[in-house]
Amino acid sequence: MLTSLAKIFPPSRLLSSAAGLAPFESDGLTAFHARPLAVVIPETREEVIAAVKLCHEHRVPFMARGSGTSLSGGSVPIGGGIVIALNRLNRIRRLDPAQRLAVVEPGAINTAVSQAAAAHRLYYAPDPSSQTICTIGGNVAFNAGGAHCLKYGMTSNHVIGLTVVLPDGEVAELGGESLESVGPDLAGVFVGNEGLFGVAVEITLRLLPMPETYRTVLAAYDRLEAAGDAVGRIVAAGFLPGAMEIMDRLAIEAAEAAVHPGYPKDASAILIVELEGERAGVEAEFARLNEVIRDSGAYEVRVARDNDERLLFWKGRKSAFSAVGRLSPDYIVQDGVVPRGKLGEALREIERMGRERGIRVANVFHAGDGNLHPLILYNGREPGALESAEKLAGDILRLCLRLGGSITGEHGVGLEKRAFMAEMFSPTDLAVMRRLRRALDPLELSNPGKMFPDGEAPALAAHGMHPLERAGVISRE
Amino acid sequence: MNSATSAPPLQPRTIDEVVAAVRTHGKLLPVGAGTKPALASPPAGFTAMSLRGLSGIVEYDPGEYTFTALAGTPLRDVGAALGAHGQHLPFDPPFAAAGATLGGTIGAGLSGPGRQRYGGVRDFILGVRFVTGAGELVRGGGKVVKNAAGFDLPKLLVGSLGRLGAIVEVTFKVFPRPRAMATLRAVFPDLAAALGALVRLGAAPFDIEALEFEPPGTLSIRLGGAQETFADRLGRLAAFVGGATEIVAGAADGEFWRAFELAQFAAGPGLLVKVPLTVKAIPELDPLLGAAGARRRYSAGGNLAWVAWPGSAASLDALLRSRALAGLVLAGETPNPLLGLTRGDNFRSRIKSALDPAGRFPGY
Repeated sequence: MLTSLAKIFPPSRLLSSAAGLAPFESDGLTAFHARPLAVVIPETREEVIAAVKLCHEHRVPFMARGSGTSLSGGSVPIGGGIVIALNRLNRIRRLDPAQRLAVVEPGAINTAVSQAAAAHRLYYAPDPSSQTICTIGGNVAFNAGGAHCLKYGMTSNHVIGLTVVLPDGEVAELGGESLESVGPDLAGVFVGNEGLFGVAVEITLRLLPMPETYRTVLAAYDRLEAAGDAVGRIVAAGFLPGAMEIMDRLAIEAAEAAVHPGYPKDASAILIVELEGERAGVEAEFARLNEVIRDSGAYEVRVARDNDERLLFWKGRKSAFSAVGRLSPDYIVQDGVVPRGKLGEALREIERMGRERGIRVANVFHAGDGNLHPLILYNGREPGALESAEKLAGDILRLCLRLGGSITGEHGVGLEKRAFMAEMFSPTDLAVMRRLRRALDPLELSNPGKMFPDGEAPALAAHGMHPLERAGVISRE
Repeated sequence: MNSATSAPPLQPRTIDEVVAAVRTHGKLLPVGAGTKPALASPPAGFTAMSLRGLSGIVEYDPGEYTFTALAGTPLRDVGAALGAHGQHLPFDPPFAAAGATLGGTIGAGLSGPGRQRYGGVRDFILGVRFVTGAGELVRGGGKVVKNAAGFDLPKLLVGSLGRLGAIVEVTFKVFPRPRAMATLRAVFPDLAAALGALVRLGAAPFDIEALEFEPPGTLSIRLGGAQETFADRLGRLAAFVGGATEIVAGAADGEFWRAFELAQFAAGPGLLVKVPLTVKAIPELDPLLGAAGARRRYSAGGNLAWVAWPGSAASLDALLRSRALAGLVLAGETPNPLLGLTRGDNFRSRIKSALDPAGRFPGY
């Protein structure tokens, strides 16, 4: 296999030494790792196709990888398999302001798309918090989310066309350049496939016009539940904010210590709500929003006077994950979703479960769409601590399912949550999904072991934050 | 309409009956209310299975911005239930007044003018239960607005034309309905001027609910929000687009858009066809459609054409192929509702083989 790969890839783009492979053994979920046979670094679509065909010929499993920021272990390699690292396929091939779309290669960085579009007053909406480093290809594979999903949807709502290499090397064109299509929505089903349907080598994204204005309000509450209830009131009053985010006391303390956003003292919870759009409409709505928030029991309400203050409100929120990491050597981030009306109940239960087990849990979450991100703190050097934390994480996922939600809002199933697929879906649901997988990949060579509950498990061992996370470049949100 | 087969249409009343029908009856085409007759006419050897008997909203909590309903529920009923709480499906699903169902709207993959701002049926569907060709009752997606677990089967069924499975229950995201709406009509001297304005509008920071273009030169631009903002916003919009403008507000706005509905446009002989495209395709395509005597309008900021085609399906198929476009026939005689050049057929055939291995539903 290595000999064949060497015929396609020069030594500088074919890694097989222990040192060369080490950075590819894990991803944003540091708890899992596996050593691949080799990493190839294609620079063209043709090289991707050749690598996939070779894997197919030799019956060797492979995984396409972007920046490896997956929080579900989705980009942990297959032991003894091939990693196809797509970082050099990172061009923005075309930016079309008239049609408001961008055609990009899979290794293009999420924020690079918005940066390229900014000259035309356009932007790419999905904003996972690792967006300065994660790739569009990875976003497509895992249907990445962000803070604006209630109003704007997830990655799948912004991908309109794809060129994909199926796991046997066949190429398929899905969707196109129009926002509309006829026939089954094939681009739609490809997004979120977790690498099981093959490799996207070209992606057509829709771009949105930049909002004319933003108005942001921050409210402090003396009870976490009161913040949750405020979200309910905002929704009941018919608002559609771009973002609604809540942080609890532990997360606020951590953010204060890390980046000093100057949040209200002694808050048990803060709620950040942001409206955006056309100025006249936003101003009218914002006045109404502030009335609703004043009546919601907040003991302090701050309205961002200018963009600097707005960014300060967000700074604490965006740094919360790496900040919480300072409180504890290790943590697990969960990604469950509950119906918005059950937020209060979910938070109470999570608090109770943590207390009973003596495990600290910080909460930072997308309140608008019910997507929880409990951070379960533990010390991996204490025997049994990881196992206890994982047990609590599992119980939180079951809680989300019991309340009518989902095991993952935006991180995907990956390795981490595959055991819970069988609790969310029936055996028949899973059998049919498996049949779809096999129709596209009969030999199950493309990213095997992910999503489905019966995949083989890699080693579970690592300790500590991801190096990029420690450096504050990425965060687990 | 195509000539129907001799067997009487099946009318299951429960999800179990749908499962039983697929398992025992074989060779079925799931249909809704038949408002898109070309999609509701089974090919030779297949029998229509009407899902109108599966009707009713199963769950609706306005605070969640979601509802779950059986697939045969008429859009009208959904609109009334949501409207009572100031909510709606923003994408204006077509043929609602004619009785179209939720399942039929998903299967046909149709969205109306309101898809402009927040997206179409693909962007609002969250979850689905459907019966595969193997007679399995399967769930995909979820009931919450954000979910990344498992393959996105709800999206796969959008536009699936009843050929991958029989949709029995669906969950949608809904949004608050703007408190008021008003429309600016702008008339330009020719197609190029109108399209120029349409492109500029698409990239401008106006919150536009609908952006429709009727050749040769009329744009209809709908705003939503607080009534008191309209004077300012419509004024700015008129100054931005140029052309001769007229404001349609108050009750007249609703009347205008009701009259604009696809069902009204479609009335008459010939084919009614949906053609996805991009705004760049319009300058060359429009004269060809005009020369053939077709009525047409361009919806969703120039992302699709509705075409009333007076000729044969074969002649439109040839025209679409020559422009590398695809089309979907909703009404009129055609051997196959899909025309022109569709993409991803190799991917689609693998999906079809997984969900309907024995060909219980028609092929594409």
